[in-house]
Amino acid sequence: MNYTNGKYVFDIQNLNCYYGSFRAVKDTDLSIESKKITAFIGPSGCGKSTVLRTFNRMNDLIPSARVTGEVLFHGQNLYDPDVDPVEVRRRIGMVFQKPNPFPKSIYENVAWGARINGFKGNMDELVEQSLRQAALWDEVKDKLDQSGLGLSGGQQQRLCIARTIAPRPEVILMDEPCSALDPIATLKIEDLMRQLVKNYTIIIVTHNMQQAARVSDYTAYFLMDRDDRAGLLIEYGVTNEIFTKPKDQRTEDYITGRFG
Amino acid sequence: MSVKPDSSVASYPEDDGLQSFVKRRHRQGLTWRIVFQAATIVAILALLALLYNIIIGSFGYVALQNKIEPESLHVDGMPLEELSKEQLVIILSEHISKGLMRRLEHDQPFTERTRQDVYNLVIERVVEQRVVKSWSLTVSFFKRDEIETFMAGLPQGKLEFRSWLHWNFLITPQSSTPELAGIRTAIFGTLWVIFITVAVAFPLGVGAAIYLEEYAAHVGNPWLRRLNAIIQTNINNLAGVPSIIYGMLGLVIFVRVMEPLTSGAFLGAVEDATTANGRTILSAGLTLAILILPLIIINAQEAIRAVPNSLRQAGMGLGATKWQTIWHHVLPNAIPGILTGNILAMSRAIGETAPLVVIGASTFITVDPNGPFSKFTTLPIQIYQWTARPQDEFRNIAAAAIIVLLVLLLTLNASAVLLRNRYGKKSL
Ligand SMILES: Nc1ncnc2c1ncn2[C@@H]1O[C@H](COP(=O)(O)OP(=O)(O)O)[C@@H](O)[C@H]1O
Ligand SMILES: [Mg+2]
Repeated sequence: MNYTNGKYVFDIQNLNCYYGSFRAVKDTDLSIESKKITAFIGPSGCGKSTVLRTFNRMNDLIPSARVTGEVLFHGQNLYDPDVDPVEVRRRIGMVFQKPNPFPKSIYENVAWGARINGFKGNMDELVEQSLRQAALWDEVKDKLDQSGLGLSGGQQQRLCIARTIAPRPEVILMDEPCSALDPIATLKIEDLMRQLVKNYTIIIVTHNMQQAARVSDYTAYFLMDRDDRAGLLIEYGVTNEIFTKPKDQRTEDYITGRFG
Repeated sequence: MSVKPDSSVASYPEDDGLQSFVKRRHRQGLTWRIVFQAATIVAILALLALLYNIIIGSFGYVALQNKIEPESLHVDGMPLEELSKEQLVIILSEHISKGLMRRLEHDQPFTERTRQDVYNLVIERVVEQRVVKSWSLTVSFFKRDEIETFMAGLPQGKLEFRSWLHWNFLITPQSSTPELAGIRTAIFGTLWVIFITVAVAFPLGVGAAIYLEEYAAHVGNPWLRRLNAIIQTNINNLAGVPSIIYGMLGLVIFVRVMEPLTSGAFLGAVEDATTANGRTILSAGLTLAILILPLIIINAQEAIRAVPNSLRQAGMGLGATKWQTIWHHVLPNAIPGILTGNILAMSRAIGETAPLVVIGASTFITVDPNGPFSKFTTLPIQIYQWTARPQDEFRNIAAAAIIVLLVLLLTLNASAVLLRNRYGKKSL
């Protein structure tokens, strides 16, 4: 793998994830390309979120979670003992399944992450810029001091995206960001992702195959092993190819809806 | 799957059967509703009975009798109220001992006293009015004949309707005469003790709750994990330990073992270290703090647990440290719940009597407490002691003191609720 040209951001090697003694993900190898959208698809419970959370060590928040193998970020293993997860998360932001704005003002929602990360510049400018990038500025510019909880679901999720990009991360992880939204709000987020990918590397978990087909450049298909119920990567490649001529019979079953 | 009606459909009640079946279910619901309403009514009646009991004791008729009738003190036919200061001084000196006269002169020379002051002295020392008998509010209203019969046998007596709860009652210290006794010392004692209790228990309890909720689950060391689990179970058990046990604990630890600290001797600040020993406001406050600590911890834990995990994830996901996430997001959202728990715990501490009796609250004290190292008494202790006295009048002032205690409790609770509402709004 060649990192010098910056083509690959992440390189996962022999990843195994455990919750207590239960192995949720086994023997996964995967590389994530820079400034592209990579989608993780697969039936629920097959370990998509678990893998996603290894990219910014959010698994650390779950007391029973344990990870073996390597998650290389520009060649640096994020699970090295001397890597500080707090630092990792500034570089690799995350958007969650359910919109979770802070119960604070819209302005404060965006500014907080920047402030705790030591931002010294013009805060008003940063807030505006982040909200613009999240395609939310026009809708909220007159009510920046109102609670973020007063927005609609789709707006809340875009606020969360604005909040995530305010600390200027390199990667944005999204865990089913549209599953709580209506179709129109979903399309808005998808448009937004196509805009953001010019500047950010995006990894998105989705159970919506059309969404993966619409927005992503690469697709990874995960499935639970019948024997030990551990998730594993079945097929990974350019989205177009995965959806038109999958190599693996199981992938084909899933995308044609013959799964299960 | 077939959609055809099959035999199992027929086994549901239909038509008339359905109607009576639904009716029966409604009847069941109604029965339970009545049971629950009855339970509520019983609870309210119990509270009303309590209030009734207190109120009838605090107001009612009293039979008064004077040692010397004011009429016999008239000078040249002029009533006592119209006499000059000099005449009143003469009356005073004629009726009380020389020693007492000298003491009064020593307290404040008569030349400097006002006429009203001397008049009060005459009433108090010479006329010496005292309560012969007191009746409750109910008796005062409904058993007038009983009162009149009693008064008939007391020709010198005077009947007067009296509220035992009055301003002087609040601002005068203890006295062995019920008519002159007040609760000033006890009010100050209660305020001091509660202040120390809350100042100690609140930060300790909330701190422990934060640790147990936010950090304990992530402890790696298996021994420490086990210790945390043991602590958690025991906190729940501690909340049920009888309060007198805490009193015994306080007696041994704060009054005896830590005496140099709790008596204030380590500061050298006490003029007379022998009077209070370790039986100080500080010991009482610390004992009650230990008593309510489990309550505060449990309530704060619940409040912290109620903060959605998604907020923690959002904070941590942005690159905040654990502490930043707790301080900026978890605590602001938990604080209304934490304060509610604290209010409940504080109310409990204000009413506690047994542990303070055990650690040695003063039985008779007339000086205001002036700091954590003072001797003390509190309202519940005062009430407890008065109710144990044989004279009826002490029960009257005990009832009046209970009203004060209730009002104090409600005031403190109300201010805590206001505080909570203000904090609650801050997080939008
Ligand atoms: N916090 C957790 N504790 C224990 N098991 C978990 C936890 N989170 C997920 N799992 C288990 O790990 C497996 C993978 O879960 P997840 O990564 O959430 O799957 P997906 O996102 O693909 O639906 C599932 O079997 C799930 O039950
Ligand atoms: Mg998931």
